[in-house]
Amino acid sequence: MDLSYTPEQLAFRKEVRQWIQVAMPAAIKAKAEGGGHFEHEEQMEWHKILYRKGWVAPHWPKEVGGTGWDIGQRHIFGEELVRANTPQLSPFGLTMVGPLLIQFGTPEQKQRFLPKILSGEEVWCQGYSEPNAGSDLASLQLRAEKDGDDYILNGQKTWTTYAQYADWIFLLARTDASGKKQEGITFILADVKNTPGITVKPFLTTGGTYAFSETWFQNAHVPQANKVGPENGGWTMAKALLAHERTGIGGVAESKRWLQLCKRIARETPVGKGSLFDDKSFRERIARLEMRLRSLELLQLRTLAAAQVGRAPGPESSILKLVGTEIQQESTELCMDAMGHDALGWLDSPGEVLPAIEQGVASSFNYLRAATIYGGSNEIQRNIIAKQILRLPTL
Amino acid sequence: MNVDLTEEQQILVDSVAKFVANDSPVERFRKLRDTERGWDPSTWARMGEFGWLGVAFPEEQGGFGGRFVDLALILEQLGRGLVPEPLVPSVVLAGGLLSKLGTHAQREQFLAPMIEGRTSLALAYAERQSRYSLHDCQTRAEKRGAGWVLSGEKTWVLNGHAAEQIVVVARTAGDALDREGLSLFVVDGDAAGLERTRVPGMDGQRTALLRLRGVEVGADRLLGEAGGALPSLEWALDRAAAAACAEGQGEIQELFDRTVAYLKQRAQFGVPIGSFQALQHRAADMYAETELCRSTMILAAIAADSEDADERQAEISAAKLQLSRGGWFVQEHAIQLFGGIGVTDEQDEGLFFKRLRVLQGLYGDADWHVARYQGLKGFSSEA
Repeated sequence: MDLSYTPEQLAFRKEVRQWIQVAMPAAIKAKAEGGGHFEHEEQMEWHKILYRKGWVAPHWPKEVGGTGWDIGQRHIFGEELVRANTPQLSPFGLTMVGPLLIQFGTPEQKQRFLPKILSGEEVWCQGYSEPNAGSDLASLQLRAEKDGDDYILNGQKTWTTYAQYADWIFLLARTDASGKKQEGITFILADVKNTPGITVKPFLTTGGTYAFSETWFQNAHVPQANKVGPENGGWTMAKALLAHERTGIGGVAESKRWLQLCKRIARETPVGKGSLFDDKSFRERIARLEMRLRSLELLQLRTLAAAQVGRAPGPESSILKLVGTEIQQESTELCMDAMGHDALGWLDSPGEVLPAIEQGVASSFNYLRAATIYGGSNEIQRNIIAKQILRLPTL
Repeated sequence: MNVDLTEEQQILVDSVAKFVANDSPVERFRKLRDTERGWDPSTWARMGEFGWLGVAFPEEQGGFGGRFVDLALILEQLGRGLVPEPLVPSVVLAGGLLSKLGTHAQREQFLAPMIEGRTSLALAYAERQSRYSLHDCQTRAEKRGAGWVLSGEKTWVLNGHAAEQIVVVARTAGDALDREGLSLFVVDGDAAGLERTRVPGMDGQRTALLRLRGVEVGADRLLGEAGGALPSLEWALDRAAAAACAEGQGEIQELFDRTVAYLKQRAQFGVPIGSFQALQHRAADMYAETELCRSTMILAAIAADSEDADERQAEISAAKLQLSRGGWFVQEHAIQLFGGIGVTDEQDEGLFFKRLRVLQGLYGDADWHVARYQGLKGFSSEA
């Protein structure tokens, strides 16, 4: 066990830091320094820059486009992205369906999909939940019926995050309703933009943004060649993918950004003759959260290290999701508290009232209430820990 | 001692509850939040007719001689429907100060029409740098002839966008952070030199940014003694904090009730989710916090009429802390238990969540009240 950095890793950090400064386009850089929030287009612009450098998927095996970095380098890279406040990338391709295809896809599927996930040419979204299948995901009802070489899809998905930008959706469909509900599910990839019968309807969140959509399927034909894993074996796929999702969904990097922002707001918020940062008890609140985040970071490193020696992330990733999303929420709550009266503001509050660094905080504070709900609610994570790790008896 | 409602109070509560159910369900607020004003003058006029705007004022001032508790009971019921009419800025803040400090003529001119629901009022106290320190005031009023000239900037002025008159806190003496030297002036909403910028808020209500560029007012617009406004201002803000606890109570109760109903109705894994013990325990904890909020809300409403400033402040600070901690527990878990739909704008729960967070950040947040409480109760380090 050794957490110190080698001279090579230190040199690597310098290289990454310098490259980011040179590579970030001026507009993105200005926004990053102002603490602003990035639009989809800006995320994709940065995605493509990372791709051209070969750094867009450090967590992928080298032979399919990863970087071949060790855990230390990956960690350093992540830290430097946070430090520069670069746009965060859409996770649906890079950390969700990509790794799943690497694990379970056919050679043809890998060849067809992985390069375009890497390049950012194709954007993905996730079709898991349905109005009546939330925490009880396995009760999903969107039907896939065989017709020649195709499946015909009928039903509805909800919480399809940023589906309005997506080219492709990975989804869970019911292919057999006769037996145990987990055993009749198939994992299918569908072309959102070019398949007649697929309709995406974004809806407004409490964050005031259109982050989620309802996605409807009406006699939508999708080739059976787009199924991943065996027919009726989708539940295994779903769980494997959720485990990948959960390692990233803990949001260590995001929480670091929020705490960074919180310190900045506290420094720039006048109180009497000084600033809020002079207030010992407020500083202490930030420090406590930062220290807890450090524990989580080490847990994440341990999980990644285990994955590096060949084990796919298992139920342990539930801890990352559970604790990480709570820290994420607390860090936005702390930003709101730092803002004082400014926390009354909203996305459309004039800039002369709300400083730029505070502009998106209230929206994220509201939207991130979803963090303990999406990706398997934290109640479900606790169930997974109790049942699959602790093997506690059930009723 | 008696913590139960009197018969008259029960009648009042029932009539407000009926109004909310029939005339002002959350749907009405939803429509109003997309309008420029954010609330409806004809509903305001009806509230005047009902006498709700006057319950806490003495009879000789056109009020109904009631106590603050009666107003708190009204606010609680209005909270259950997210009723957006500006009772707190108009009745509690500016109205309270006019009632307490105003001359007969000032009360006739500014308070009486408000009590009748013909006008609305606002109090401009916050500034960019002030956070929750009322004496951190850079807006100045200079004497000119018999009158005054006001210059400065006020932020987050509740109902400042719509009020016919705004009571403005300005410094007539001393330096920016002095406790002495603050004065109150009644400024017309359309006064020359006053620029009002409407600021939409997170909760769908409106505030204003006020820029005062040499606003001239006559001597008759000075409210109370020049230079000595701080104790009255603190009194008014305390009562606003108590009012926030009352309105917040309605929102907390509503969120709690809706959550329990949802736990019984929403089925997953073939059973209502309320049958899971983990969620039952959560609901039980929410219930406990809701009742603690109710207790401190009553405490604060009674303390709001207390002559003893220390007692008033300590009780109200305790209630405001409970609104921010216990109330937060309820609102946070309400959204969590509703799951994904709790984060959609279409569901009402998010609206309650936002309004509660706004109330928690007004009139001193939890940290500020904890610090004040320690000062009042003689907690001190040796330093």
